Amino acid sequence: MSVLVVLEESGGKIKRTAWEALAAALKLGPARDLTAVVIGAQTETLATEAAAKGVGKVVRVEHPLLARYTSDGFSLALQQLIQSQSGTKCVVFPHSYQVRDYAPALACRFGQALIGDVIEIGDGPVFTRQLLQGRLTGQYRPVGNGPAFASMQAGAFRADAIESATGATATITTFTPTIDPSQIRTRPGEPFRGAAQAVDLGSAQRIVGVGRGIKEAENLPTVQALAEALGAELAASRPICDNGWLPMERQVGSSGQTVAPKLYLAVGISGAIQHLVGMKGSQCIVAVNKDPDAPIFEVADYGIVGDLFEVVPALTEAVKAAKG
Amino acid sequence: MKIVVAIKQVPERDAPVRIAPGSKSIEERDLQWAMNEPDAYALEEALQLKEKHQGEVVVLSAGPERVGSTIREALAKGADRAIHVVCDDLGQRDALGVARLLAAALKAESPDLVLTGLQSEDVGLGQTGVIVAELLGWPHATLILHAEKTDGNLKVKRELEEGWFQEIELPLPAVLTMQSGGNKLRYATLMGIKKAKTKEVRVVNAAGLGVSGSPVVALENIASPKKQKQTQILGGSAREAAAALVEKLKTEARVL
Repeated sequence: MSVLVVLEESGGKIKRTAWEALAAALKLGPARDLTAVVIGAQTETLATEAAAKGVGKVVRVEHPLLARYTSDGFSLALQQLIQSQSGTKCVVFPHSYQVRDYAPALACRFGQALIGDVIEIGDGPVFTRQLLQGRLTGQYRPVGNGPAFASMQAGAFRADAIESATGATATITTFTPTIDPSQIRTRPGEPFRGAAQAVDLGSAQRIVGVGRGIKEAENLPTVQALAEALGAELAASRPICDNGWLPMERQVGSSGQTVAPKLYLAVGISGAIQHLVGMKGSQCIVAVNKDPDAPIFEVADYGIVGDLFEVVPALTEAVKAAKG
Repeated sequence: MKIVVAIKQVPERDAPVRIAPGSKSIEERDLQWAMNEPDAYALEEALQLKEKHQGEVVVLSAGPERVGSTIREALAKGADRAIHVVCDDLGQRDALGVARLLAAALKAESPDLVLTGLQSEDVGLGQTGVIVAELLGWPHATLILHAEKTDGNLKVKRELEEGWFQEIELPLPAVLTMQSGGNKLRYATLMGIKKAKTKEVRVVNAAGLGVSGSPVVALENIASPKKQKQTQILGGSAREAAAALVEKLKTEARVL
């Protein structure tokens, strides 16, 4: 019974979310039963980094055709690795954009379906994930024949649960998959940044975030006035930027900026996980929302349940009065 | 270019959701339904590709009879015809089971391109498009904002994490899962709504698609989420709540 944890790197270092996935895998078995997998064209330093984390084994899946990520390349290489490791009970990933791109195809090759975006692992194992944008949770049990595939939501497990085992380093082996260039059908280009960011939300002390509850672009000045009174930057959830009501550079969340200000005041934001991951580290979170069951209240320190078109102007006045 | 857009009908975003007896599904009575928003972006991209390159946009949707209203909405926006895979147990099927249904329905169509949203707003598995590609043996790309056709190929803009993007080239036929925000969504015109009534909706029974395979992932229980923080809810009128909040932010949280 063994568990494979497929780590992911960025800029030559294992990503924090990958360590979180490793920490999550400890719920499936003791560290010595975990095999950390690093994948790419040059994986030596990644493997050394992983070997110091108290895992049983580290496998380097290495091939020149894995230098740049492709779904075809990664699926094929990991398929061959899993087939070579008989008795694999579970394959664990961080729930990254990259994993979302290939893991469903990889699982499908084993007649399985990925259990994605997991926030909790219980005995069984049973995997908990969110439904309806975080309004409910669902518990899923793998019932197929063969390894289960599961990816872990960013921030749901604490990376510090894995200790750096002093002295004891895992054995590192190399697995060389067989890949023919013709098997890689997509041609990925060099990553590039979007428009230059003029707003650095990351350094703001206070942020007012606005979401769908604002209904129309014409209503934005109401929230802008509050931001000004507070001396806060204005930010938004994705739909606001998708609609072009605020520029993309003001987007907070998994596809925008990650912020941790002293005060984050969420106005009309329901609190889908894509937004929460970008702001839940804030020191103090306030939510104004008409829906008392909105998931934003799960992370809020203070909340006002009500119509934002009444609450926000009142708040602006109160802030002004307090500041004298 | 023949494009199939796979669309899911989901509960309307603000609809109050209640857990049904048995805790394995949500109460569907009194629920309002809408087109899954990422799928609406997929439809928009398909319609724009058709405007540039001619061809046909076919809507594919699986679910019970109520799905018909979402199909009509897509037709009213400009899709040419639709296939409705009728199944009453969509919620009991796992991602693989749903993808098998769609792939089976797609085979007969042999389109050049399949578009769908990157994930559904209800179950949010975010896998259907990728598995469909795998089952059909086609390449795929996910989190796509724009697609451009170049002779026999596709050039797409893919969103990466933290504000990064990437261009990818891939051969046709292919499957793309679309991210929101790449285009502005169109509204159905009155003329469109009128025309939609006469457009072809082919009804296919799920059982007739010859899809086999038992579930590999079972949903055992649905519950309300656990709170991560104790939230102090400030009540009273808007003015009272605002005053109380500012006081708390000043003296308790000390963030003002």
